[in-house]
Amino acid sequence: MSSILHVLIVEDSPSMRSFISSTLEAVGDFQIVETGSGFEALKALPRYRFDLILTDINMPDINGLELVGLIRSRPEYKDVPLFIITTEGNSLDHEKGMALGADGYLVKPFKPEDLQDLVCRRIQLNTHRGRGKQ
Amino acid sequence: MSQESTKISKKALKDFLSEAEEIVEKLYKDNEKIVESLKKGSVDQDVLNSLFRGAHSLKGMSGMFGFPLISKLSHNMESLLDGLRLGKVRMDPKVLDQFSEGIDLLHKILEAKGEGRKEKDQVEVFIVKLNRVAKEQKAEAEGSPLLSLDIDKELLSVLTEYEEHRLVENVKAGVNLFKVQATFDLMSFDRDLAELTDVLKRQGEIITTLPSAGMHGEGQIHFDILVGTGKNQEELNNEIEQKGVMIVPVSVKKNDGAVSAIEQIGAETIVIPRETIQVAPSQELAPPPGEVSLRSISQTVRVDIAKLDNIMNIVGELVLSKAELSRVSERLRSQLGFTGSVVDLLKAVKDLDRKLNELQGGVMDVRMVPLRQVFDKLARTVRKLTKEMGKDVDLEIYGADTELDKLIIEDVGDPLMHIVRNSIDHGIEPPNERLLKGKQFRGKMVLNAYQKGNHVILEVSDDGYGIDCDRVLASAVEKGLVEEGSQLSKEEIFELLFTPGFSTKNEVSEVSGRGVGLDVVKNNITRISGAIEIESEVGKGTTVRLTLPVTLAIIQALIIDTCGRSYAIPLNSIMESFMITAEQIETIGKKEVVELRGRTLPLLRLGDYFQLNRMESSLKSYYVVVTGLAEKRLGILVERLSGQQDVVVKSIGEGLKKIRGIVGAAEVGFRKTILVLDVSAIINEVMEKAPRSE
Repeated sequence: MSSILHVLIVEDSPSMRSFISSTLEAVGDFQIVETGSGFEALKALPRYRFDLILTDINMPDINGLELVGLIRSRPEYKDVPLFIITTEGNSLDHEKGMALGADGYLVKPFKPEDLQDLVCRRIQLNTHRGRGKQ
Repeated sequence: MSQESTKISKKALKDFLSEAEEIVEKLYKDNEKIVESLKKGSVDQDVLNSLFRGAHSLKGMSGMFGFPLISKLSHNMESLLDGLRLGKVRMDPKVLDQFSEGIDLLHKILEAKGEGRKEKDQVEVFIVKLNRVAKEQKAEAEGSPLLSLDIDKELLSVLTEYEEHRLVENVKAGVNLFKVQATFDLMSFDRDLAELTDVLKRQGEIITTLPSAGMHGEGQIHFDILVGTGKNQEELNNEIEQKGVMIVPVSVKKNDGAVSAIEQIGAETIVIPRETIQVAPSQELAPPPGEVSLRSISQTVRVDIAKLDNIMNIVGELVLSKAELSRVSERLRSQLGFTGSVVDLLKAVKDLDRKLNELQGGVMDVRMVPLRQVFDKLARTVRKLTKEMGKDVDLEIYGADTELDKLIIEDVGDPLMHIVRNSIDHGIEPPNERLLKGKQFRGKMVLNAYQKGNHVILEVSDDGYGIDCDRVLASAVEKGLVEEGSQLSKEEIFELLFTPGFSTKNEVSEVSGRGVGLDVVKNNITRISGAIEIESEVGKGTTVRLTLPVTLAIIQALIIDTCGRSYAIPLNSIMESFMITAEQIETIGKKEVVELRGRTLPLLRLGDYFQLNRMESSLKSYYVVVTGLAEKRLGILVERLSGQQDVVVKSIGEGLKKIRGIVGAAEVGFRKTILVLDVSAIINEVMEKAPRSE
């Protein structure tokens, strides 16, 4: 297992994207692919083997829920840790996301540590599990 | 949150602010679109949704970056928009008015980059008002008709609340619902899909676009697009030209108008044959190939203008190095003739020259931004002011795509705003007065921009009062600016309006409609090497024309020698140059002039202007460099012209800033630095002292 983890960030706000990236980079060695829309994410998905996906819900082309639905319907992405980053007030949408198979969600505004904790815990778990399988 | 925000880097904060500003811009624009469309009786759902997304993003971001007040404000605006797009709140002009007030408030807080007590109070008051309006317009919730409709549960599970609402609205409207299915190549699907959605949008509303895991082969992706349309299947089918698209009815209106769900989805499908049909074997996308190079996905970068300036400076210095190189190679050529290596060197220099030109053009291009941003802001000001002042004005905008250097755009915004404000405040008559005068009830204002050589012309015209020259002159005499009985031309009288302290609002404005702080406007424009002119006719209206250089960063200049010194004159302000003999110089009323094609051209000796040594008197002939600013012409008398050159104008120290007539300094090779003339300042100063005598 390579030590560099590939992360896909799907978020239409550039400043949010770089905020998330820098928050992650502060705690580990990540190779981060930032995409600004669901379409870009769809293009990026088959190009890399992602270890973690973070997606927004409200986006201009396809919404984050559709992306979650698609990702979870494929065997090769089924186990990739996936978190929804949403904004307070849309509880219905992130509940749907969880039902579609997201591993968790973060509600903006969150503290950098919240994201770091969530990701670190989940990724460690997954790496162990991955090793076990091989 | 405030504690965490201290961890956020300055750069991140800057990024946030500039993105937030963009979002607010977009909010303004979308809001205007909604206002316009509401006047026509319909609301564009796409725009409403985009408005919602803007407020939503802003709320999320501002919370993250430690701006709780913006977050709170945008949260409340977002809730209202959510209510509107979900049909829980009725769309009403009152709601929109309240909303645009909210955008103004956001803009204000962002501009202040902080949140003081005053802003806090304003936000609190605003939120109370907003919620009151929202409550007034609350719509009754209705039962969902979706329950009676046989729609794929899987489909419903991925719809956001909003999409679900749009689906309900379409069902209620009794239109036909179709699932349009298409398979595209993964690498180019965005373009194909955009083409398809464009067609579909013209036929009705796209409720959602679902990428589907269902059927697609390697390197392909499948989409289900849920569309609500008044057309039937055949009509819809005829509109779609793309191949490999299938249309599946979800629910179709029966003849009696009732909606029935089609039980067996797929029973009535029409398949448009595709040349290379690759019916996907139900095989998954190939597992991601291990490590692929990490190409960046995003197509744009944001750059600090200071960085571009820095590159520009380096380019400028490269240009100088190249000039030296070319001089050396010329010298070699004259010493050695066209020998092998000299020819190679000359070729290489020429090549370098071409590439440098391209580089320079490329960097220039990056600095250019369209005037649209400024015009959009002006349009808002016009709408706001006309409302406040009870006037009715139609605004026409032309040439918003005209591009200018980013720095110039920044500096031209405020002066333009001032001019527009003046025009509405004092130029355009109130509606009743216009009717009495036999004018159109609504006033007309035109913003026009176009490029003319190395300059961009910006015009603000109105069809209001126009400027009364007699009144202006009388006022100037009263203030002691002009002697009583002076005969001044119309242009000279308009020029008086730019004199500092010429007029105050109360005095001239009622009649002339002008004169409010125009000297400040003029100073600002002159600082960016521009010119301002007024054209006006009483009763018909006024045009204020700004002439601006396209860029200030790197310019072509003519190097001239006079009184033992060299100066650079920006080429964009030079009309022509010619040689004259000493005898051709005439003197009219202590001023030197020369006759040029039947016109009298005033002459200036830089030695007099800068109080230098006398010019060389032994010379039989001199050169006249004819400089121009808008319609004004001035000939600068010099001993020698020593060629054209690209120069990077650098600002000179604070100490020299007060000296008029100098815009900066430029290095011209051989470590020599010369001063660059500020032609607009010189012309303005000289012409003010000596009004043109024709």
